Amino acid sequence: MSAIADVFARCRAEKRAAFIPYLTAGDPDLATTADLLHAMAAGGADLIEVGVPFSDPIADGPVIQRASTRALASGTTLSGILRLVARHRDRLDVPILLFSYYNPIHARGVDEFAEQAAASGVDGVLCLDLPPDENTPDDFIPAMRRHGLDTVFLLAPTSTRERVRRVAQYSRGFVYYVSRTGVTGDHGELPKELVKETRRVRRKVNLPVAVGFGITTPEQVASVAKVADGVVVGSALVKLIEERTGDDGLAAAVEQRVRELTEPLRR
Amino acid sequence: MARPRLRPDLQGYFGPYGGRYVPETLMAPLEELARAYDRWSRKRAFKRELRELLTHYAGRPTPLYHAKRLTEHLGGAQIYLKREDLLHTGAHKLNNAIGQALLARTMGKSRVIAETGAGQHGVASATAAALLGLECVVYMGVLDTVRQRLNVDRMELLGATVTPVDTGTRTLKDAINESLRDWVTNVRDTHYILGSVLGPDPYPRMVRDFHRVIGEEARRQLKKQAGTVSPDVAIACVGGGSNALGLFTAFIDDRKVDLIGVEAGGIGDDLGEHAARFGDGGSLGVLHGTRTLVLQDDEGQIAATHSVSAGLDYPAVGPEHVLLADEGRIEFTRANDVEAIGAFDLLARTEGILPALESAHALVHAARIAPQMSRRQIVLVNLSGRGDKDVESVQRWKAERESETAEPRTEAARTGVAVHPAARQWVTEGGE
Repeated sequence: MSAIADVFARCRAEKRAAFIPYLTAGDPDLATTADLLHAMAAGGADLIEVGVPFSDPIADGPVIQRASTRALASGTTLSGILRLVARHRDRLDVPILLFSYYNPIHARGVDEFAEQAAASGVDGVLCLDLPPDENTPDDFIPAMRRHGLDTVFLLAPTSTRERVRRVAQYSRGFVYYVSRTGVTGDHGELPKELVKETRRVRRKVNLPVAVGFGITTPEQVASVAKVADGVVVGSALVKLIEERTGDDGLAAAVEQRVRELTEPLRR
Repeated sequence: MARPRLRPDLQGYFGPYGGRYVPETLMAPLEELARAYDRWSRKRAFKRELRELLTHYAGRPTPLYHAKRLTEHLGGAQIYLKREDLLHTGAHKLNNAIGQALLARTMGKSRVIAETGAGQHGVASATAAALLGLECVVYMGVLDTVRQRLNVDRMELLGATVTPVDTGTRTLKDAINESLRDWVTNVRDTHYILGSVLGPDPYPRMVRDFHRVIGEEARRQLKKQAGTVSPDVAIACVGGGSNALGLFTAFIDDRKVDLIGVEAGGIGDDLGEHAARFGDGGSLGVLHGTRTLVLQDDEGQIAATHSVSAGLDYPAVGPEHVLLADEGRIEFTRANDVEAIGAFDLLARTEGILPALESAHALVHAARIAPQMSRRQIVLVNLSGRGDKDVESVQRWKAERESETAEPRTEAARTGVAVHPAARQWVTEGGE
């Protein structure tokens, strides 16, 4: 079983949802990212999504767009991120899911990327703009399989039954359900249909289902955790990082926020 | 003539290029759009309504004009201009905007969005939306709202909301990013009128098909005016590549016709100084939903581009162009900013036509090759848009050059066509 699958199995045994924080690697620089990964783990993260910054993040709202800009400005590269993961892998007791747009991976070459990512200790990969499709000529999925990387794909409120089936078929580790049509970030209330929609997806998918996009507060974590196997918080944490950058207390603040967000899961 | 091949394939690929590289939220809507397009574009009623609007509203067919003074000045092949600049709103873009707006209405969408670089696609979309009673939002890079200010005013007068995009390079690329973000959010009631042969399937084929009327008309008009359906060379500028495929598609299987696409050479050969994807700088990548040639760095980050022409200032190119280049069917070359301004002046002074700066890039290449061809040969140029929108840009550009070069203006008239000092060398020598 993969490390990611393990996490969900353990959480299930503990009768709780997994908590999955996101950060953009290299925001504001990779040294800080290293500290923040440990802070998130210490705060109670079960799995961490490490975002690869991209020049054209079409699925992200302003908060993560700004984080990507800062990360690129500090010279962050995919190679740098993989080296960072490799250096900290042994001391970091949570699986790492690389969260990327496809072009940086495509530019590397999928097989070379998969080999390097696996060697660095990355556990799985989610490409925001690469839906599973057997006609994709780049052999993304076979390359990830060859190197033992989980492939996490997205489902959305617009996904048809046929697409749900396809995403379930090609995903490994878990399926990421996007809470609403839109980009990442806080939009106030979660959609009313979210509970029903998440249940619909879970019935049809034989894998754990994590829900993300716009989940910001401990109360929202608690409500989503009732129906999902995992809860993702991204922009809310990236915003905290943005506000506290340059402040000595940044890592402690992130650890504290993760602790607050996971609190409802430990009850 | 060989039967045209099925392009793209059923999965939206032109060979290894194209596809649908988008967030999952857009996958079902793209499937729905492809189904709607396939269904409605074949229906007689839809075709009739489109044809009537293009004829009585937009002004098709646009003239094919034998540019005799320009031909005489260049001293070689006969130059014919396909006058898309005379289409309503001043560029070819309206062909596609009306087609997609009709489709949006047919699909029950009440709101359309569009990106724009030079502003021509934004104006065309705002126009089509006003015509069909749809709400319209246009995304435009902040840099482009400055250099194409007139078009911003036009869109607003037409009832559209223009949203300036202040991220990234603040040009066309970022306007597409923001349009995709809007679409992913409002996909249930919104249709995205993408303005070039770019993006995920079905856009590259749909936009091409709404524009192929350009080349089909040109063949018929050439037959009547020049006694042949086949020019020796057909030339078009290529940003995303919609006016080029609009012209070229009718000639793809006519092997007698050389097809030449002209990219923006900008101000230099280094990454960031031009928008020439087919040069050394371009490599295979995935941007805005399609796998194609992209200007990017080694890490797969998309490069900034430069062109004096906002409509060519884009780091990727339509996927079908890449396949046709692989097959040797379209040849690509480039024209730089100085050359484009020179061609702008040249057409203005010889023919009394202000071309769009985009189209001026195509004229540059016509002026390079025509003098080496015989008077019996024909060069067909797609004059994709008119230059009114560029008047301020051209004046500003010249003022900047003036202060840099400080050359006396008096010598400029020696060629018989007064051209700007900075562009004089190029016009006098007839190209490279």
